[in-house]
Amino acid sequence: MSKIKTFTTGGIHPDKFKLSSDVAIEDAGIPEVVTIPVRQHIGAPAKILVKKGDKVKVGTLIADADGIVSADVHSSVSGEVIKVEENETGGGYLEKMITIRVEGDEWEESIDKTPDIVSEITSSAEEIVQIIRGAGIVGMGGAGFPTPIKVTVPEGKKVDCLILNGIECEPYLTADDRLMQECAEQIVIGAKVINKALGIQNAIIAVDENKPEAIKALQQVTRRYVGVNVQVCATKYPQGAEKQLIAAVTGREVPPGCLPIDVHCVVQNVGTAFAIYEAVQKHKPLFERIVTVSGDDVKKAGNFRVRIGTPSSYLIEKAGKKSEIGKIIFGGPMMGIAGVNLDAPITKISSGILILKDESAYKPEVNPCIRCATCVDVCPQGLEPYLIHSLIRNGEYQEAKKIHVLDCIECGCCAYSCPARIPLLDYCKLAKYEIRKNK
Amino acid sequence: MTEIILFNIAILSVIAVIAAIVLYFTAKKFRVEPNVLAEEIAEILPQANCGACGSAGCQDFANRCATSTAEEFRSLYCPVGGRNVMTKIAQKLGYAAEDHEPTVAVLRCNGSCENAPDKVEYVGLKNCRLASRVFVGKTGCPNGCLRLGDCVRNCPFGAIEMNPKTGLPEVNPDKCTSCGACVRICPRGLYEIRPVGPKGVRVYVACNNKQKGATARKNCKAACIGCMKCTKVCADVKVENNLSYIPTSVSAEQYGAELASACPTGAIVYTGEKNEQN
Repeated sequence: MSKIKTFTTGGIHPDKFKLSSDVAIEDAGIPEVVTIPVRQHIGAPAKILVKKGDKVKVGTLIADADGIVSADVHSSVSGEVIKVEENETGGGYLEKMITIRVEGDEWEESIDKTPDIVSEITSSAEEIVQIIRGAGIVGMGGAGFPTPIKVTVPEGKKVDCLILNGIECEPYLTADDRLMQECAEQIVIGAKVINKALGIQNAIIAVDENKPEAIKALQQVTRRYVGVNVQVCATKYPQGAEKQLIAAVTGREVPPGCLPIDVHCVVQNVGTAFAIYEAVQKHKPLFERIVTVSGDDVKKAGNFRVRIGTPSSYLIEKAGKKSEIGKIIFGGPMMGIAGVNLDAPITKISSGILILKDESAYKPEVNPCIRCATCVDVCPQGLEPYLIHSLIRNGEYQEAKKIHVLDCIECGCCAYSCPARIPLLDYCKLAKYEIRKNK
Repeated sequence: MTEIILFNIAILSVIAVIAAIVLYFTAKKFRVEPNVLAEEIAEILPQANCGACGSAGCQDFANRCATSTAEEFRSLYCPVGGRNVMTKIAQKLGYAAEDHEPTVAVLRCNGSCENAPDKVEYVGLKNCRLASRVFVGKTGCPNGCLRLGDCVRNCPFGAIEMNPKTGLPEVNPDKCTSCGACVRICPRGLYEIRPVGPKGVRVYVACNNKQKGATARKNCKAACIGCMKCTKVCADVKVENNLSYIPTSVSAEQYGAELASACPTGAIVYTGEKNEQN
């Protein structure tokens, strides 16, 4: 086994709370009604192709990508379109969504529903990119960047390393962990498919040290596949962030304002690799994903295979809540967003739903900064959050820009470790908002 | 010992003399004629340096006034100093003072605690601009006031205060200089600079919600539902995207009371009512 690696600048060790890492993935079933947003990715919303009254099957294209930075959206259920209008997202803002009433479970004929694993890759590199585009695959780690762009090498650039991100450094979340344990072979084939699209031979699956089962499962499979290796990384947050992961695995530093491709790396989430396997080998578009439902207020924390568009309340019902919900977070506790709408649909990028008790959700009282520089020690980007905080309080946004606040990845290490409990991340976000607004 | 001290004093004196000569000639060569007129105008100005006039501060505005022609001067106006200051400057320059209607900032939202009750609790940083990025707001209205007071903290004249009863910021028309700081800071774009109006009577739509009537009403009792009733009172009132807008050309004295009573939700605010009762 190769050496355990990690990144060097900053990082924290929050409590893991991986309550559901040994709970097998359970099929969440199909709700009565699903609401599918047409924008589940970064970029332009997809163009709606259906209207009220249309019949759709599982896997039917219902919204078409509008431009390059956009993604197709497919129906996750079979039934009748009953509404095409604006609905509330998790944050409460309105987005165009397609509401479908479920009737039966009829799939498009082209989808291969058998559980057999298809390991032979017959499609060419161009075909693979086309299939990924047609399956509406986006980065499933949380950012939702359309994948077709990431698996095409731009002219004049070179790629020598594909990294699959199986770190899942956020506390509570175990969706990727379970996927690696149960579908290791599919992920590895997915990696080979991406390799073919990029025209390279090797892939590294980076997994956190705290997932021994997943590491074992992957190592058993990778023996049979040439070029795919498992790299164990020391447990540290935010190792799953793209730039930190590249630093950990390859030792290369992505300069400010540059993309991983500039240091010859491509990073894909293991969930994305699995979705690519299903799209290319099984002709199945992206209409379901694994979601962790966890938190200290959940009766039975678990991992569910969920159809896109399922209301969050349906999943919460499945997992069971102990008491009145104190706080609901979509995503992980470090970077997720607090929800105001319990019926918000699961999207391609929802990795988890956290239900927290009232008392654990409250923020403690804020004290003055004592210039201890803990935030500087833990910032993985090497910024000075305490200084940004005092500049923003005085409205000095241009000064904050000079000390690179725009490079902040919003991981929340500073706010987590601040002994004075100053919401440092909020100030960084505010600075980024102000600077971008005045540009 | 004494020699060293004397020697040092001598050296320093020589340096001082040389420096004095250099400075004397440099000052002569690079002398800038002070613009007396601009200095005098700057003294008249309120020195708030708020930038409301469009210049980079009071000194800059004074320079522009001092170098302006009568034609250019007409377009210059200090909203903070108002008519008094502009008349004084005009006298200094010998131009005629242009008559500018006094203006005031108004909040186009009436989502008070009563009209739009809180649905969720917000425990993050008390900052509207940040909160609007994170979520829709406590009331659920995507266009309404977040009630966290960025405008209060950023008003350079202390003219805006939070009303603890309604939860909404209130503009004090006596202190407001319509410098526009609140217009720039509000992430929802709720402030509008409107004429104070004759006898301080104004009428405006206190709502910015562009959702359909039913959706808007779900979150706020005082939302504009785009019912078009106001357009029947005065044809100049425009309704676009389910939201009514009363142009400043509509006379508040003539239509104000009627418009306010025609609005079924109370989204139209008429400041004249109190005066009539008196």
